[in-house]
Formats: sequence, structure tokens, C-alpha cells
Amino acid sequence: MPDLLLELFSEEIPARMQAKAADDLRRMVTDRLVAEGLVYEGAKAFATPRRLALTVHGIPARQPDLKEERRGPRVGGAEPAIQGFLKATGLSSISEAKIQTDPKKGDFYIALIEKPGRPAIDVIAEMLPVIIRTFPWPKSMRWGARSAKSGSLVWVRPLHAITATFGLETEETDVVKFSVDGIEAGQTTYGHRFMAPSPISVRRFEDYEAKLKAAKVILDPQARKDIILEDAKQLAFAQGLELVEDQVLLDEVSGLVEWPVVMMGSFEKEYLAIPDEVIRATIRNNQKCFVVKDPKTGKLTNRFVLTANIEAPDGGKTIVAGNERVIRPRLSDAKFFYETDLKTRLEDRLPKFEQIVFHEKLGTQAERIKRIERLAAEIAPLVGADVEKTKRAARLAKADLLTEVVGEFPELQGLMGKYYALAQGEDASVAAASEEHYKPLGPNDRVPADPVSVAVALADKIDTLVGFWAIDEKPTGSKDPYALRRAALGVIRIALAGKHDLVPRSLLEMHIKRIRPGLSDVEIANVGDSFKDFFQERLKVQLRDEGARHDLVDAVLQLGGREAGIVSIVRRVEALGKFLDTEDGKNLLAGYKRATNIIRIEEKKDGREYVERPDPPLYRQDEEWALSQAINIAKEEATAAVASEDFEAAMRAMAKLRPHVDAFFDKVTVNVADGADKEKLRENRLKLLNEIRDATRTVADFSRIEG
Amino acid sequence: MDALPDHMRPERSFQGFILALQRFWAEQGCVILQPYDMEMGAGTFHPATTLRALGPKPWNAAYVQPSRRPKDGRYGENPNRMQHYYQFQVIMKPSPPNLQELYLKSLAAIGIDSAVHDIRFVEDDWESPTLGAWGLGWECWCDGMEVSQFTYFQQVAGVECAPVAGELTYGLERLAMYVQGVDRVYDLNFNGREGDAKVTYGDVFLQAEQEYSRHNFEYADTAMLFEQFKMAEAACQKYLAAGWREGSNVKEHLMALPAYDQCIKASHVFNLLDARGVISVTERQSYIGRVRDLAKACGEAWIHTETGRAV
Repeated sequence: MPDLLLELFSEEIPARMQAKAADDLRRMVTDRLVAEGLVYEGAKAFATPRRLALTVHGIPARQPDLKEERRGPRVGGAEPAIQGFLKATGLSSISEAKIQTDPKKGDFYIALIEKPGRPAIDVIAEMLPVIIRTFPWPKSMRWGARSAKSGSLVWVRPLHAITATFGLETEETDVVKFSVDGIEAGQTTYGHRFMAPSPISVRRFEDYEAKLKAAKVILDPQARKDIILEDAKQLAFAQGLELVEDQVLLDEVSGLVEWPVVMMGSFEKEYLAIPDEVIRATIRNNQKCFVVKDPKTGKLTNRFVLTANIEAPDGGKTIVAGNERVIRPRLSDAKFFYETDLKTRLEDRLPKFEQIVFHEKLGTQAERIKRIERLAAEIAPLVGADVEKTKRAARLAKADLLTEVVGEFPELQGLMGKYYALAQGEDASVAAASEEHYKPLGPNDRVPADPVSVAVALADKIDTLVGFWAIDEKPTGSKDPYALRRAALGVIRIALAGKHDLVPRSLLEMHIKRIRPGLSDVEIANVGDSFKDFFQERLKVQLRDEGARHDLVDAVLQLGGREAGIVSIVRRVEALGKFLDTEDGKNLLAGYKRATNIIRIEEKKDGREYVERPDPPLYRQDEEWALSQAINIAKEEATAAVASEDFEAAMRAMAKLRPHVDAFFDKVTVNVADGADKEKLRENRLKLLNEIRDATRTVADFSRIEG
Repeated sequence: MDALPDHMRPERSFQGFILALQRFWAEQGCVILQPYDMEMGAGTFHPATTLRALGPKPWNAAYVQPSRRPKDGRYGENPNRMQHYYQFQVIMKPSPPNLQELYLKSLAAIGIDSAVHDIRFVEDDWESPTLGAWGLGWECWCDGMEVSQFTYFQQVAGVECAPVAGELTYGLERLAMYVQGVDRVYDLNFNGREGDAKVTYGDVFLQAEQEYSRHNFEYADTAMLFEQFKMAEAACQKYLAAGWREGSNVKEHLMALPAYDQCIKASHVFNLLDARGVISVTERQSYIGRVRDLAKACGEAWIHTETGRAV
């Protein structure tokens, strides 16, 4: 079966967009093929800085013929309905339609539509222009003379040529004939911009890839990555050194070259006095080069690895020298920044925060830091941190934002603070908090462990959250510009990791007046509700991501009459989940559901509620007595267990209820059939059923449990 | 080119370097303009780019533009950071299909051979909040050094570009340092002569850098500058309002250029105030917004002038 080769040749595509673009191209073309009945055998897409390419093999030469029956109006139906049917089906007269008999609804017309399959190449020629015009680039642009008119083609950068061929492996291929905004599809592409710029005529994927390689273009990004990584490792190894691998950088660099040529350069040893992270950030961010370390010490050396896009006649000497000349002043700047930073103590930088607005409605950074310091001091005893150290850490934690190095490399925030704090003789845990208090930055980032860091990290996140709640700028839908969801998740993870049973509403109440002193108690209660709900939602997300029973969160929230802390909710969920997995748990849940169903039905029938305590003298059967007693005991035990946060014991207490509930349903009839006091007995039994419902509430709201 | 005397060769002299670029772009049909006679932060502010990028009429121009970035002053002590430097600006509307090739040839014309040097087009999306402009393109790298900006304008002064213009901006000092092989901008050979006849970039500009750094950071009269900003803003609005005419059946504008001069002035005054550190972070946004409003109004006026309008 024939293969399709497609190449879209353009000016340089941003490295970060290439992988997704290749994937989108494959997906869009193959989805369309399948939708057109052209089921293919395999497809693979590639990207280089100047081209997107796709090969799809094993496409049928023709679409299958389609036969379709379409049901029409009733025989003898209204004329407009018949005309509409003819138009929709393409029949020239109603006599061409079949008549189908339906004993219930009467006879109606059926049209047999036969759609002969078209040659695949024609179908492809129709779909490709649409795909090109609707290609989902994150940012696209217009260019050239055609951009004077509206509706001109947009692409990530100017598109210059399209190669599209279709045909059998053993035969000459055909060009898929189409054009997009003046660009005719053909079979001519071009090699490396500098080393082999001449046109190349290609027929199918195999010769396309080979000819490109001969023209100094490695089509497959993975192959380019392999070359870069291997050569870089080799170069380092040959010097007795070790490459500092960097996947993100490797991905980017492989998207900047069609023909990777890896070389090593060096810089003056004096720059090694700068912290390794600063050297790496300088070389990586600005120059897209790798750094190299000494395997013995683990420290960086004065080497770097660059990836050029050409094989130069001088062996790359000029290129290496050029890169060294660029890196030198960059490192010189970095060293100057670092040394300048060291001359000012972190606390002396703080006054400058008074000039920096954190957020229009939330005051300056200075005000925010003061708030964090107070809150951190309050949190410190809760998490076992030294109060004085915590205050110091909170005060200094953000001071590095005003340093030169962080100004240049924002990703080093916190880390530089730690270096500068250590350099000025701060306590180790005070210094560490500068880096740690930002953590966790994402679901895979670690959680701070040192109590001082924990206190500052919590205070930082809670101040942000409470602040935006106080001014009513909460995340909505996909919009979360201040990363508040991440902050809340951070609080939850820190709380769970350290077993700090924080109650979100209490944190808010503790802090919100520092941000908006004028809030009334009612307003605070309302904001608190929303804050609590937000944390509950985040907690569910966290539990779901861990594979835990997030659906049980709602069932355990309102125990013991006060709002539960984060750790306590999770413990309850765990205990309840385990209980529901046992036979006792399952049966008790079933019993609960049965009881509530009966009560609901009877309450509706009678137009009243049965919430009063049952009247013991009206118990007529042993099972009633037994259940009543079991409920009292279970309730008492469970309440005590919940009060001491022992949820497993609470569940064990509930489990004791189960045989009595089962026996009750087995032996006792609620709707008493006869007797003078049958109505009184019925009411009393309904009240007893309500007691079951009531008892379970001491451990969970069973009505919120699904299944 | 063979007849070029040594002292005029682009790798020997800064002025020879500029002349080589001018000659190259003149060959491509560009109008070679002289610098605009106002202080501005970048060559893009020149009306030959900002305004001429708008409207359907073809326009190809190249020029050197002294660029003033008051905040970048370093009292002449930094090897390559200055508050005044030169940009070489090329604008071609509509962007020709071979603009990248032309750019590479222009590098060859100033002594950068793409067979020996590693030339790369690295994503860089350009946006000027003060001009209400954006475009897509690249930073052009030579052996890891950014030497030019390459942008396809999509919108300028709030107006969609139709057709799109291609803009090239060369950082002249940086490129010349690379070609001459010097590490300190003040060591550039300006006139290509040797011995007593040699004039360096430092001879021409070092004192200016020192004086202007002092001025920009310490002495620029902020009360006066705040006043100047307001005056320029008011003047711009006044000229814009006065320039509109209802023609027979088209609305036209007769004073877009003088109005735009005031926009340039406001922008530079803002940069000076910013360098003096008297504009807070929040105010900053509002000042940028005010300049952008002027730029947009000027763009709107321009596309109703003889040169800027359709047909």
C-alpha cells in the first residue's frame, strides 16, 4: 500500500515548539485519514529548526465504497418532506427509493446511497491545505506581500516550501497536488542552510531522510539528541571530566541545530569562585551550553560544551573562540554581581522593599514580609520551630530578590539568599529557610523538613492565600495568575508530611485582619467559608492524585461539631476507607441506606419527621432492645474515640452495631400490621431507625458516601 | 569592494563598518536615511520605521540611529554597556521572501563569513509596550553572541501591519567589537587609522558616557522632566486633534509627524525619569500606557495621511 511523505519547510521554528508541532501534524493528518476511511499502518513525525516532516505508510490507494441506507418520510407524507428527502439523498425521483413496511408506524421510504470511494491521493490533497491553515501553533504570524490581504496564510514563521508525495514503495511516487496561499506542493526541499543549501528532489521518506543526511540535516530530533549527548559526554570523559547532564537544555539545543557539532571551550579559572549554580545559570540560560564537573570533587570545572550547527573549515576554532569571548564577559558580570551582592548584608536591603508594590491592594513587599514574620512566629510553636530563628528567617527569606544575581537569574531566588545568609554568618536553619520556604514548587518538588523552614514556608503561602481571599481575587476556572492552587497544595503537603493538623479557617482568622483590618466578623466568616471550601477541594485533588478515597472527604468533614484540620481529615478518610472495605463496614453502610430509605418514604407519606428519641416501653421485640442498647454504646464509644482523634477505634465501635442492625431488619417489621397500638409501634420503630442514622453521624456522614 | 583602502575596511574601522552596511542595503534598494534628530531609545522609534511600517505602500529603508538608554549608563566603566550607542536599522515592507538570505549576505559584507562562524536564528518574540507593537522573529547569534534582532512586524502603534514589514536591528558596537577583536567598546578603532592618526571609540564617546551617566542618574532635573512629559503629552494630543480634516469623502490627517515627535519626546523623558528612580513600579505601568496611547493615536492619524493610507 502507498506511503505519504509530507514536509513543511520554513524559516527557523522556535525550539520549544518543535516536538509538539511534529506530534500535532501526525495527529491531525492521521485523524483525518481515518475519518476518511483511510486506515493506515503507521506514522511518524519529525522536526528540525527548519522543517516539520511526516511519513505515513500503508495507506489504501482508494477509500472503501460506502453504502448507506437513509430513512425518509412516510409513504404519502407531505410533499415538502418528500422534496427535502430527495434533495438530501440526491435521488432524482421518489420512485428510486425503496419502501419499507413497518406494522406499527406504517410504510416509509428508504434511500440507498452508494458513495464510491475516491482515490486516496485526491482525499489527501483536499485535507492537507485545511490542516496547514488550521495548524495549532502557540503563536503564528503573517509575512510578505500576501499579508496585505486578509485571510493570508499564518504560520509560525514564513513557510517556504511544501513537499508532498504519495505512492508505492516500488514505483515512482506522485506529487499530492495542492497549494496553500501560493505555495505549490512539490517534491523539492533544501539541505542545511549553510553547508548544503541547494534544492533536493525527493520521492519518498527513505530517500528523503537519506538525502537530507547527505545534505547535512539529521531529521530525527532523537538522533540529534543522541549525538549531542554522546559527543558531549565523550569530550568531557576524554579530559577526565564529567558532563552535567541537562535534559531540558538538551531538548532545546537539539531544536537549534540541523547538524550538531559538539565542541568544548574553557574560561578563566578565577570564575570558579562564583557558586556553581550561578556559573551554570549563566552558561546555560544565556549561551545554551552545558557545564562540566570534576567527578572527584563534584564541583564545576572551567570547561563548557557548545553545540554548533556547522562543520567549519578551521575545525571550529573560530566558533569556540567566539563562544569563549561571549562567555567570559557574561561570567565576569556574574562574578561582579555576586561580589557586589556580598558587600551588602541582607537585612540592609529590606528598606528597599518599602518601595516595591507586591500587589496594588495588598501593599508593599515590606508590609508583606512583616506579616509573614508575625504569622511565622505564631506558626513556629505549632510545628516545633524556634520562634526567634523563625522570625529572623522570615525577615531575611526574600531579601535576595533585591540582589544583582537574582535580578539576572530569577530562577536562583532563595538559593542565593541561602549563600548570602551563610556568608554573613546566619544560623544554618535560618539560611536554609531562604531556599526552602518556596517549596514545594510543584507536585514533584520536595517538602521542607527543617521546622524553621516549615514555619516560614507555611506563613509565606498562607499570607498569599489569605491576602487574595481578602481582596476576593480567587482562582476561577483555568485562571490562577498568582498560583494560589499550588500554594494551597503546598500548605496541604507540608501539613501532611509533618503531621501538623492545620485548620484553614483558623489560619485565615488569625491573619486576615492584618491585611484588611476593617473586615467585620460576618465578612470574615463568609471569606472563611470560601477559604475552607477551597482547601477541601485542593485536598480532594491531592488525595485523588495519591490514589486515595477522595470521595470520602465530604463524609468526614463535620465530625465532632468543629472544623477538622487537614491531617485529621486525611486520618478520618483513611480510617473510614478501611472500615468500608470490611464486611462490617459494607453491611453497616447497606443497613444505613436501608434505614434512611425507609424513613424517607414514611416521612413523606406521613408529612412529618421522625427525629425524636424512641420510647423504650414501646419496644416489643428483643431485637429492638438490643439495637437500642448497641446504638447507645456505639455512639458513646465512637464519640469518645473521635474526641481523642482515634478514628480506627471509632470505626471499631461502629462495627459492633452491624449484627444488631442486621438482626433488626431480619426480625422486626416496621409497618406493624395489626393491634391497637400498631401506629404507636410503627412510629417508635421509625424513630429507632433514625437512631441508626444518628449514630453513624458520629464517625461520618454516610449520606455523602457513594455506592 | 576590492579598491577599499585598509582604513575603510569593516574589520579595521567602525565607520568603515557602518559604511559597508549602508552600501550593502543601498544595493538592495533601500533608501539610506540619516539619523532622526531626536533622542530615542531604539531605531524602531524613528518614524521611518514606526509610521512607515503602517499602510499598504512599499517602503525599504536603512539608517543608523543613535539610541539612548539612560538606565544603561555605567559612567564609561563597563566594557560594553552604554547609555548611548548606535543601532543600524533596516526596514523592508513588504518583507521580501529572501530576507534571511539578505541578512546573511549583509553579515558577509561586514566580514562575518557564515561558513566559518556559527550563525543561528534563536526565537525572540519582540514586543514594545510603549509603541503598542509586536512581532515574531529571532535574535541572530554569531558564535553564541547576539548580534541582531530580526522581526516580522505584526502590529505597530496598535495598527495591524498589512502587509507585514521585516525589521533588522544590528547592535553596531557589539558587532564591530567582534569583527575587530576587541573586548572593550572604547578600544574600537573608529577611523581605521593607526598611530597618531588613530581615533578610538573612547576618544569620541568616553567623556560623553561619563557626563551623561552623571546627568541621567544624579542631576537630571526631575521636576522639569515631569513637566516636560506632561507638555509633550498635551502637545501630541493637541496636534493630533488639530490635524483631522473631513475631506470630500475621506477623513484625513495633516499633522501625524509633528504629533509623533511629541510621542518620541514623551517616551525619552519617561526613560530619563525611570533612570532617576523617581517612578514607582505601579506608576511605571501607567506612564508606559500613556506613551502607548499617544503612539496609537499617532498610528491612527498616520494611516489617514497621504503616505500612510490605502491607495
